[in-house]
Amino acid sequence: MFSFNDIKKGALISLWFIFLTFPLMVIKVDPIERIIHWRWSNAIMIGVGTFAVYLFMQFLKYRKEQQIQNRTVKDTEELSIIHRLIAEPKKRNILFASLMAIVLIFPHFVSTYQTNIMITALMYVVLGLGLNIVVGMAGLLDLGFVAFYAVGAYSYALLNHHFGLGFWVVLPIGGGLAAIAGILLGFPVLRLRGDYLAIVTLGFGEIIRLVLENWNEFSKGPSGISNIARPGFFGMEMSLEGSILYLYYIMVAFMIFTIFVVNRLQDSRMGRAWIALREDEIACQAMGIDKQKTKLAAFSLGAFWAGVVGVVFAAKTTFINPASFTFLESAIILSIVVLGGMGSIVGVIIGALVLILMPEYLRALSEYRMLAFGAILVAMMIFRPQGLIANVRRTYRSEKKNNPA
Amino acid sequence: MDYFIELFCSGLSRGAIYALIALGYTMVYGIIGLINFAHGEIYMIGAFTSFIVATVLSILGFPLLAIVALSGVAAAIWASAYGFTIEKIAYKPLRHAPRLSPLISAIGMSIFLQNYVLLAQTSDFMPFPELIPEFEFMEPYAHVVGSSDLVILVTTTIVMLILTYVIKFTRIGKAMRATAQDRTMAMLVGINVNNIISATFIIGSALAAIGGLLIASHIGQINFYIGFIAGIKAFTAAVLGGIGSIPGAVLGSLILGLTESFATGYVSSDYEDVFAFSLLVLILLFKPSGLLGKAETQKV
Amino acid sequence: MKKKILVAAAAMCVAITVPVVGSAGDTIKFGVAGAHSGDLASYGLPTVNAAKIVIEKVNANGGINGKMVELLVEDDVCKPEVATNTATKLVSEGVEVVLGHICSGATKAALPIYKNAGVLVMSPSATNPELTQSGEYPNFARTIAPDDAQAMVDVEFALNTLGYTKIAVVHDKGDYGKGFAEFAKKFLEESGKAEVVLFEGVTPGAVDYSAIVQKIKRSGAEAVMFGGYHPEASKIIGMMRKKRLKADFISDDGVKDNTFIKVAGKDSEGAYASGPKDTTKNPLSIQAVQEHKDMFGADPGAFFENAYSATLAMLNAIDKADSTELEAVKKALQTEKVDTPVGSIYFDEKGDAIGVGFSVYQVKDGVFVEL
Repeated sequence: MFSFNDIKKGALISLWFIFLTFPLMVIKVDPIERIIHWRWSNAIMIGVGTFAVYLFMQFLKYRKEQQIQNRTVKDTEELSIIHRLIAEPKKRNILFASLMAIVLIFPHFVSTYQTNIMITALMYVVLGLGLNIVVGMAGLLDLGFVAFYAVGAYSYALLNHHFGLGFWVVLPIGGGLAAIAGILLGFPVLRLRGDYLAIVTLGFGEIIRLVLENWNEFSKGPSGISNIARPGFFGMEMSLEGSILYLYYIMVAFMIFTIFVVNRLQDSRMGRAWIALREDEIACQAMGIDKQKTKLAAFSLGAFWAGVVGVVFAAKTTFINPASFTFLESAIILSIVVLGGMGSIVGVIIGALVLILMPEYLRALSEYRMLAFGAILVAMMIFRPQGLIANVRRTYRSEKKNNPA
Repeated sequence: MDYFIELFCSGLSRGAIYALIALGYTMVYGIIGLINFAHGEIYMIGAFTSFIVATVLSILGFPLLAIVALSGVAAAIWASAYGFTIEKIAYKPLRHAPRLSPLISAIGMSIFLQNYVLLAQTSDFMPFPELIPEFEFMEPYAHVVGSSDLVILVTTTIVMLILTYVIKFTRIGKAMRATAQDRTMAMLVGINVNNIISATFIIGSALAAIGGLLIASHIGQINFYIGFIAGIKAFTAAVLGGIGSIPGAVLGSLILGLTESFATGYVSSDYEDVFAFSLLVLILLFKPSGLLGKAETQKV
Repeated sequence: MKKKILVAAAAMCVAITVPVVGSAGDTIKFGVAGAHSGDLASYGLPTVNAAKIVIEKVNANGGINGKMVELLVEDDVCKPEVATNTATKLVSEGVEVVLGHICSGATKAALPIYKNAGVLVMSPSATNPELTQSGEYPNFARTIAPDDAQAMVDVEFALNTLGYTKIAVVHDKGDYGKGFAEFAKKFLEESGKAEVVLFEGVTPGAVDYSAIVQKIKRSGAEAVMFGGYHPEASKIIGMMRKKRLKADFISDDGVKDNTFIKVAGKDSEGAYASGPKDTTKNPLSIQAVQEHKDMFGADPGAFFENAYSATLAMLNAIDKADSTELEAVKKALQTEKVDTPVGSIYFDEKGDAIGVGFSVYQVKDGVFVEL
């Protein structure tokens, strides 16, 4: 299975990694006490570890080759199970119904803590779906998505704090304000493409956060706003568990609503225009699509969802400060979209669940948690660059009929 | 007027700091069109390596000059090694993947490297040895331009000149430009594209390491998180100047540094970053591909 | 059809009673929450160690009123949104008291959840004044003095002892630093003895602070009062000395850390910082540090003594009240004095400890000396 060459190469790679990690892993200095610790055991660990990983990779490669050799012609259609399931309406309905049932009874079998992190995961599902409109469908790389999330969260916090407005009233307002912010951002960046757009959106996200941090009179600055009301239910007083449960169902409803809307959008005129714009701007304009309007629509619709989730976020934590809206947050939402599979709704949902629940359940790894997170992101991209669930393009086949003339 | 000059000098040295990091960004972007988010981490690793080597050498009793030279060389070697390895692991398999995949891979790499240094070394801030001595001839001007400012400015200028020469006139530079223009075509005329990309990463990383050494020595402290913020700013500067263009990166960095410095001096440092990013938006409004970037004509 | 089923199912689910919360057993569940990973871990981990030491000792002596104390540790990374999860987790595991959280923001986010469950929370380090003074968190107490008390100490020292008339107030834009700076500014202005010539925030992590240092120089300030943590402080003081600016440097508890002296080196000489009163002569404190060395083989970290004291105070209150009911425990906290490493303390109605105070330290020959 492993040839001598493989072993030799593995040994060389291990040596390279020992060299690479030598100063950081082996030496530890204390410049005050002037002591040098030499941690040679780490070098051995790195060497053995690299070698093992290398052999494992070779093994996987070997297995894959074997499989390719043994494979018969039958499965030429390389569709994932999920897509095949969705393609058949009957199976799909059964799948959806059972998923729905699980989602609905889920909180009654687990602790409040589990429900709570599930709410967070659902929030990120909706955020991911929102960003998916901008990045996945319209192909506009947005690194400042968190700004709209912040707009929504602060709209609720401030309106609730100053005017006592309730959750349900602010929900559309928060979404609307975020959508307006989306248009405001959209206007100046319409001319930019690709990575220039990315850095401007990143800057926009930072600007919003800095303003929130520095403008004390408006946003109470870095100390944040506390005691934000949880969502009300016809003025009923609710216990903590009750309100978390309530929020959970609100979030489930939102998610379903979002999936429904985004799904419809995808097939709408606007959705097609986005996809066309993503593929080729010039051809798209030549076909008579208004580029400006289409791009602005993508920005504002994407931002709308972020705003709505922002309101939920403020209601959930009951305390917000600008530190929750950093670039890392944007990066995580973007990772959800790309990891799940750009443009694919199922993919985004799975991506969000994986990325948000993973760090929670990786708590056992404690300090290695973020290390693992970074490594998994890289590994995912290398082994599935198209995402967990790649988007399947709508395809039409024209079957040739032999019409007797 | 004095105040103006003081702020101008502050801005200049800050700009020179950004430039040292921005050059690596712009080189990598020019050649494979990737925002290498891990570049800031390379800078941090370079600084950390020089910190470790310099401290070890000073404990062993080497003279200052030897410490500076050896820790600089070590930082450059190891940072290049990291740059090379990262490219091979995280970017090379993604050459033909959708455009956003390498970006996510880069973000993942950045998170990974930060935590790797955090775990392998420490989460605390460490005092960085003073590798740039206070020059005596600078004493009368010390309140305006420090010795380390001067060293950073001079280094940035030299590095930029050498880099421009390399890219314009040497074989490898020509190969780089060819690869940047059209990878397939470059392959056809016999350029080993893989080697050229590796070379780009190695040069860019070595520059970042030199930057790391100088900057850490300038501010006198180091921890695992310094790469992130510096990286974002340097990237902004590179875009401002026109990403992919070497003089553009330097120009963009200087403009960014000066803007921040004057914003702090005449308005308020509360909003220095707001000014920096607003300037970026403004410039991109009128020059959508940055100050010195080539305006891309779209062919159909 | 499907929709109808959904509505029915949803209605049913809401109707079913909420999940049962883990009920109290025959142990006292003692929660510890704070940053145990991430960049602020060094502020949170010493608290866990303190709780471990005290609880091990208590359990070895037969527990409290015959009940063993059980330790539950949860990480909140100092992020508000994570802190709510952490709090929910602790509450659903049935904690009776919680030591934490470490950061003020996270504490504010988590407190309503504990309040709802009637859980007493005592923080060794959350210094935001609102936590006690707003009256919104009756279940909160702390063993550290709030920011405004600290700013007061610094301001009085700068005005009365050092006699400055022109002071620049600088902060790091953070929750803690900006809060401190705002109080300092307010007290300085109210005193009428000194002028605040500059009030600005610096960006943490920026590569260079020379512009702000030039601005301080131009403002003609005799002293810089800085609100924030030691990394920025050492950068600013280093840059001030590099630019030959002789102004004094006065700062807060976030700077009164030995790392500040290590990193800033000789530039830190003569800098002032306020911090909890010196307790190194208190026998209980000496004992606590020794216990830490015995158990973990290292010197304790930030807020260790505050955490140790908080653990002692809470367990003592439970013991005296013979109950874990919030009201009873609170009453015991207010009436029963307890000897701790930070002094003999009890609590006022708002939850601030009486008996812990701040004093000003100066760096002399590489160590903080109490003035």
